[in-house]
Amino acid sequence: MEPIQSTGRGSSGNPVANLDGSREQAGGTTILTELQQTVMPALLLFLVLTFVTGVVYPLAVTVVAQLAFSSAANGSLIGDPQHHIGSELVGQSFTEPRYFWGRPSATTPAYNGLGGSGSNLATTNPALMDAVKDRIARLHAVDPDNAAKIPVDLVTTSASGLDPQISPTAAQYQAGRIARERGLPLEQVTKLIAQHTQMPTFGFLGQPRVDVLRLNLSLDALK
Amino acid sequence: MNTYAAIEIAVFFVILLALVKPLGLYMARVYQGTPCGLNQVLLPVERLIYRLSGVRPDSEMTWQRYAVAMLLFNLFGLLAVYGIQRAQGLLPLNPQHLGAVSPDLALNTAVSFASNTNWQAYSGESTLSYLSQMLGLTVQNFLSAATGMAVLVAFIRGLTRQKVAEIGNFWVDVTRSTLYILLPLSFVLAIALVSQGVVQSFGPAIDVTTVTASTDAEGKPIQTQQIPQGPAASQIAIKQLGTNGGGFFGVNSAHPLENPTPLSNFLQVLAILLVPAALCYTFGDLVGDTRQGWTLLASMLLVFVPLLALGLWAESVGNPRLADLGVDANASLLQSGGNLEGKEVRFGVGASVLWSAATTAASNGSVNAMHDSFTPLGGLVPMLLMQLGEVIFGGVGSGLYGLLIFAIVAVFIAGLMVGRTPEYLGKKIEAFEMKMAALVILIPPTIVLAGTALAVSFDAGRAAVTNPGPHGFSQILYALSSAGNNNGSAFAGLGVNNVFYNSLLAIAMFGSRFWLIIPVLAIAGSLARKKQVPISAGTLPTHTPLFVVLLAGIVVLVGALTFVPALALGPIAEHMQLLSNSAP
Repeated sequence: MEPIQSTGRGSSGNPVANLDGSREQAGGTTILTELQQTVMPALLLFLVLTFVTGVVYPLAVTVVAQLAFSSAANGSLIGDPQHHIGSELVGQSFTEPRYFWGRPSATTPAYNGLGGSGSNLATTNPALMDAVKDRIARLHAVDPDNAAKIPVDLVTTSASGLDPQISPTAAQYQAGRIARERGLPLEQVTKLIAQHTQMPTFGFLGQPRVDVLRLNLSLDALK
Repeated sequence: MNTYAAIEIAVFFVILLALVKPLGLYMARVYQGTPCGLNQVLLPVERLIYRLSGVRPDSEMTWQRYAVAMLLFNLFGLLAVYGIQRAQGLLPLNPQHLGAVSPDLALNTAVSFASNTNWQAYSGESTLSYLSQMLGLTVQNFLSAATGMAVLVAFIRGLTRQKVAEIGNFWVDVTRSTLYILLPLSFVLAIALVSQGVVQSFGPAIDVTTVTASTDAEGKPIQTQQIPQGPAASQIAIKQLGTNGGGFFGVNSAHPLENPTPLSNFLQVLAILLVPAALCYTFGDLVGDTRQGWTLLASMLLVFVPLLALGLWAESVGNPRLADLGVDANASLLQSGGNLEGKEVRFGVGASVLWSAATTAASNGSVNAMHDSFTPLGGLVPMLLMQLGEVIFGGVGSGLYGLLIFAIVAVFIAGLMVGRTPEYLGKKIEAFEMKMAALVILIPPTIVLAGTALAVSFDAGRAAVTNPGPHGFSQILYALSSAGNNNGSAFAGLGVNNVFYNSLLAIAMFGSRFWLIIPVLAIAGSLARKKQVPISAGTLPTHTPLFVVLLAGIVVLVGALTFVPALALGPIAEHMQLLSNSAP
C-alpha cells in the first residue's frame, strides 16, 4: 500500500485541475460567497445522511431483528402473550421470605422498569453504611439462625436497579431459609440452584450467576 | 477479581490487537479510494449521495474551507437535534406520549451529541421519543464520529502531501467514514446485540404482571412492571463504535435491555476501542510506514494497561467498611466479590472495571457500572483517563489527531534537548505548529479547571452534589473533566439536569470539541504546504521504543502536572478518608 501522495490522490480524480480550481475560487471570491457555496452542500448532505443513518439504518436493523430474533427484539417476555409475567432479562422485586431475594434496587419503586437507576452512593457515604446495615438486619430477621457471612451482592444495589441475577454464593446463602419456609429438603433447593446456575459464557465471559425470577418460578412450580 | 475476569481481560486484548491490522488496512483503502471489498455495493450509493447533495467529490479544500464545511455540517446537526427534541410531542413515533424536552436540556443534549460527547443529562426511556432517539441521537452518533475521522484523515494528508494548500474534501471524508466504515460495522453489531436480547421495536412499553406484589413510593401495593421498548440496538451499536456513549436508557449499558449478557458486554466493550485502535494502523499505512502507527498504539497501551491494573486492584479490594460489617466480598469461582455497589452481577468487578477504563480512555462515556459508587482509586482511574486529554485511544479520529499533536510536542521537546530543528515524518515543526499545538493541549484543561472552579463557587453548582466530603468535589470535577474532554461519562449522582449544569457543560463540550478541531486543521494546512525534508543523522526516529516512552511520558506529564492538585482534593483525599475511618 502506497502512502497518500503529495498530489492528493486520496480523494481527487484529477489533482491538477482541482488545485487550479480551488485557487481560483479562493482568489476570486469573498469569504461571504464562499460561505454561501458551503451552506447548501452542508445542509443537503446532512439531510441525505440523516435519511441513511436515521431512517434506513434503524429500519433495516428492525426488519432483520423482528424476523430473526422476534422474542429477543421485543423484550424477551415470559408468560403467554395475553398475560406476560415478566422479562427474562429484567429483575423483579421479591421481599417475601419464601422466595429467593435479588439484588437490592435503588429505583422507586424497587425494580421500576421505566426508571432504572443506581444508588450512586460513594463508598465513603454514611448513607451507604446505613442502607447496608438495614439490609443485613432484614436478612437476619427472616433467617436468624444463619451464621454465614452475607455475600456482598445481597446487600449492595445494582447499577441498573433491574439486575435479574445474583451470584451462586448469594443463592446458596438463602437455600436454608427457602427450604424451611417451603418445607422442602435442603438438597432439593440446592439442586434447583445448581440447575439454574449459569456459568461464564465460553467458560470465561462474565460471572457465574443465578436468574432470580426463573429460580423463583421453578420453586413455585414444584408444588 | 476471579480467574474468569482475568481470562476475559486477557482475551479482550488479544482479540482487540488481532483486529487492528485488518480493520486498519480496510479503513486505509476506504480513505485512499482504492477497492476495499464493499465498493460494488456502496459505490453507487456514495455517488447518489453526492448527486443528491450537490457535492463535487473531486474538488479539494484548503484547511479554512474544510473547517467551515465541518462547522456548518455540525451546526445543522446541532440545530436538528435541538429542534426534534423541542417538537417531539407533535411528531410521530412517540408511543409513550412524551412532551417537549425543556430548552436547557434540549440544548445540552444537542451540543452533547454534535460534539461526540454524549453526556446524558436526559434519561432516554422517560424523556425522549423514539423519533428523537433515531433521527436526532442515532444520526449524530454517526455524523459526529465521522467528523472526527474526517479531521484525522485531513491531518494525515497534511503530513503526507507537499507544497499544496489543500487537505482533502470534507464531504467525501465524512460520507466515506459513515458509509463504508461506521454503517456496516454498526449493522453487524446491532444484529448481534439483538440476538442477545437488546430490544429493537417500535411499540410502547409493555405492562407485565409480576410474580409478587411490591410497594410503590406512596406505600401502595403494585403488581405491575413496565418493560421498556424501542429501537435500542441500532443506536447502541453506533454508540459504542463511534465512541459516542449516549445510552438509549438512562442507566446506559448497565440496563439489562441495553446490555443483557456477558457476550453482549464483551462485544460492546470491544467496539469501544476497536476503531480508535485500528485507526493507528490506518495512520501508519497512509504515511507509508506502519511502524509509526504501532508506535502510537504502543504509547496508548503503555498508559492504559497500568491504569486498568490500578482500577482492577482498587475495585477487587472493595469497600473496607463493608468488610467491617461482616459482609463476604471475597472473590471465588462462585462470586465476583469486591465492590459490587453499583455493579451488575453478570459483569462483576473485572468486566465492569475493564469497561470503565475503556470508556474513558476512548472518549466513549457509556457505562456498565456506576462510577460514582467506585472506590476512590477505582474512580480516579476513569477520571484521570479523561483528564489526559482523550488521546489514549480517545474519540474515533479525534483521539488520534490529539495524540499526533502530542507527538509534535514530543519531537519539539526532543529537538530542544539536542539542539536541532524538530521534524515529524519529514515535516519541520516550527513556531506556527507549536503555537497551535499548545492551544490544542491547553484548551481542555483550562475548560475543566475553570469550569470546576466556577461550579464550586456557586450555590447552584454545589447544590447538585449528592455525596458528602471530598467525593462531592470529585463529582463536580468528574463532570467537568468529562464534558471538557468530550467523554460523556459521569459520576451520575450529581444532579445535572438543571439550567446551571446544562448550560455550563454545554459550553464546555462545545469549546473542547470545535475549538480544538480548528487549530488541528490549521496545523494540517501548514504542514501540507511544506516539503518533505530528507532523514538525516539529526532526525529523531519516531518508530522506536524510546519514542513510545517519550510520547507516553509527555502525555502523562502534562496531565499529571495539570490535575494532581485537583485530584488530591478529590479522590486521593477520599482514599485517605476511607482508609482511616475503617481502622478499628
